[in-house]
Amino acid sequence: MSKREDDRCGRKLKTEAEVCMNPDSSVIAAFKVFQQELDTKHDKHERLVKISRDVTIESKRTIFLLHRVTSVPDVEEILTEADVKLDAVRQKIGQIAEELKGEDLHQFHRAFTPGIQEYVEAVSFHHFIRHRTLISLEEINARLVFMRENKGEGEVACVLTFQITPTDYLLGVADLTGELMRMCISSVGNGDIDTPFQLSGFLRQIHDGFSYIGNTGPYEVSKKLHTLRQSLGKVEDACYTLRVRGSEIPKHMLVDVFTSRAATHLDPEEPMV
Amino acid sequence: MSVTEMFSYIQGFLSADQDIREDIRKVVQVLEQTAREILTVLQSVHQPSGFKDIPTKCLKARELFCTVRNHTGELKTKFPVEQYYRYHEHWRFVLQRLAFLAAFVVYLESESLVTREEVAKILAIEVDREKGFHLDVEDYLAGVLILASELSRLAVNSVTAGDYGRPLRISNFINELDSGFRLLNLKNDPLRKRYDGLKYDVKKIEEVVYDLSIRGLAKEQESGGDK
Repeated sequence: MSKREDDRCGRKLKTEAEVCMNPDSSVIAAFKVFQQELDTKHDKHERLVKISRDVTIESKRTIFLLHRVTSVPDVEEILTEADVKLDAVRQKIGQIAEELKGEDLHQFHRAFTPGIQEYVEAVSFHHFIRHRTLISLEEINARLVFMRENKGEGEVACVLTFQITPTDYLLGVADLTGELMRMCISSVGNGDIDTPFQLSGFLRQIHDGFSYIGNTGPYEVSKKLHTLRQSLGKVEDACYTLRVRGSEIPKHMLVDVFTSRAATHLDPEEPMV
Repeated sequence: MSVTEMFSYIQGFLSADQDIREDIRKVVQVLEQTAREILTVLQSVHQPSGFKDIPTKCLKARELFCTVRNHTGELKTKFPVEQYYRYHEHWRFVLQRLAFLAAFVVYLESESLVTREEVAKILAIEVDREKGFHLDVEDYLAGVLILASELSRLAVNSVTAGDYGRPLRISNFINELDSGFRLLNLKNDPLRKRYDGLKYDVKKIEEVVYDLSIRGLAKEQESGGDK
């Protein structure tokens, strides 16, 4: 091959390469559309993750607030305060609902599921303290209806709803049991003898419910079942101690007996949430 | 509502969910079987004898896609359409394979990149989410990336079979794909991982083109074509 031919060959290839970079080519045009589509999707995902984090933080704070009911005389005051906080959380969930308008809930589910579970935990904890029952999925969902005024389209207000999936509900309730266990321990600390027994009954019901679901549920549920058993064990042990020792030890000393007993049950691997 | 009632309600929901998944799994298994058959048909282009009757093989593959259309039609009936993403994981893999196969057939026929609309048409599904069972853009792109690695293999084998012009055309095609993918801002997800493999396909094809060029084989083919 002569040098000139070689040059020509090289030039040919170069022009072909230029054709590839031609912005008018159909492939590039198609990929520009894909770029937009993917960017829109990723942006939405990021926004949802951010809202979900806010929901988690606020729900956690509400739970901390609710734990104070064991040590203050006016329970109602704290419950009202928690109500206000939960309203703020619901507003955030309203934002999620807005983002999801016209979208498939499950497409972005992973972005907001931690926040929603935490919300279920907070709202069911609140409900339990007030009514001593388990809040149902419908009751939670019923409060997640939002009115949004459509600006520019007259006075038509559109209704946004957010539906919590049964799985998220289930996982939230599983987390609730951990909170109930903590509440049980701390309520004894304040000389409250009735609450632990109520709690153990309630926890047992939930435990039975989870055993009923067993392996048919998603993988995360069976994982939580283990922690649930531990919580139940602690509460049952607490009630046992109360029954056995309660009659012989003066009330003010019960606390010490109790806290030392509870400490032996703490599993070092279990995160203190 | 008592605790027990609540849990039995959820249990009902969960078992209904599992039934749907079971149904979907069955259809997807059949789809996977058909996809393998199509792949077998198309694989034979890598054999030296296969280069001669590419159109016949494409026709055969197209016939098999009719079966695929039946199965996708069946799949659509297995779950409520607005819950596509709830069960997405079940058919994601097979849909990517099918997108690849459709793209491969179209490439062998016309040496062009299949559009998302075409793939959707071949599989008898929709492009837009609103209209029903659709082809997710990420699945389409994943299918295109599988095509790229298949083509890099085809470039090597076409040289073995004495077809020196094809690698050059494949090289152009892959380069165009590469610059297309460069436009995308991919997150750290499975698609990105697959895209990271594209550069090796590009490299391999460039090596083939280089080998042909320094030996003057690519040019020989061109002048042969002119006669």
